[in-house]
Amino acid sequence: MALLNVNPTRMQLTKLKKQLTTAIKGHRLLKDKRDELMRRFLDLIKENKQLREEVEEALKEANSHFALASSIMKKEELEAALLAPKQEAYLEVSSKNVMSVNIPVFDVKTRTDDTSDIYSYGFGSTSFELDDAVTKMSDILPKLLQLAEVEKSTALLAAEIEKTRRRVNALEHVMIPNYQDTIKYIAMKLEESERSSRSRLMKVKDMMLAQAHGYNEE
Amino acid sequence: MNKIAVLGDIDSIKGFSTIGLDIFPCENETLAKSTLKRLIAGEYGIIYITEYYASLLKKEIKKTEDQILPAIIPIPGITGNNGIGFSRLKNSVERAVGSDIIFNG
Repeated sequence: MALLNVNPTRMQLTKLKKQLTTAIKGHRLLKDKRDELMRRFLDLIKENKQLREEVEEALKEANSHFALASSIMKKEELEAALLAPKQEAYLEVSSKNVMSVNIPVFDVKTRTDDTSDIYSYGFGSTSFELDDAVTKMSDILPKLLQLAEVEKSTALLAAEIEKTRRRVNALEHVMIPNYQDTIKYIAMKLEESERSSRSRLMKVKDMMLAQAHGYNEE
Repeated sequence: MNKIAVLGDIDSIKGFSTIGLDIFPCENETLAKSTLKRLIAGEYGIIYITEYYASLLKKEIKKTEDQILPAIIPIPGITGNNGIGFSRLKNSVERAVGSDIIFNG
């Protein structure tokens, strides 16, 4: 039992009671926020897990195509083919507010609209394995972006959930019990002083009566 | 307008240049570290980094964790997968829930 350091007066009592209602209301709201954040987080984490598996699988495949291409072509030829990329990707970032957490939304813009315009080399001197590898790469791009978005959101949500959970626990286990204890303490203190002043009055009345009339109330 | 960067050893990342991402090949840790710092300060919205370098540069990556941008995402390189991508997910779950309830372990 920990009491707040306040004077046991009626004014403090009203003030504390008001603070207690606010704390309880805040606690309820934060608890709801935490639950909703958690629900979204669990959805996101499942999506994230699945996406990551897919991306890693696809990248492995693309890498193996590149490995094949580099085994067929000369190193210099391969490098020359990839030297001057045709496509250029720009990222447009906007943010979305989820339960007061700002999470990024990525949108990619390519320099040319034609998504198949990715082969930065002539087909004569390169192997078809390289074409496969490049196609695989461009297939991965949307998934990669989605992965970045989801993974960042997961991390941000996790941080927010941690913060909210701490606040909920602080309110539930520290602030609210402290308020309740202090309110109880002040109420008891006030009752006690009321009783003592009443008994003092009764005693004074007895003494005054005895003095005025020689009369003893018994 | 932001851009997308890919950081890692040249063999793992050369393919990304074909789809228009900026590639930053690195040979060693010091170079990767300074490049990553430059990228974080720069105009890059997403930085993909191969898992090998991601495991070396954990500290730098952690610093950006609570910011919206940039998003630093580990991807498997040509040498394969060392599981750092999933361990990051696991960390997030542990941070939010208190214990790992998704990956069990």
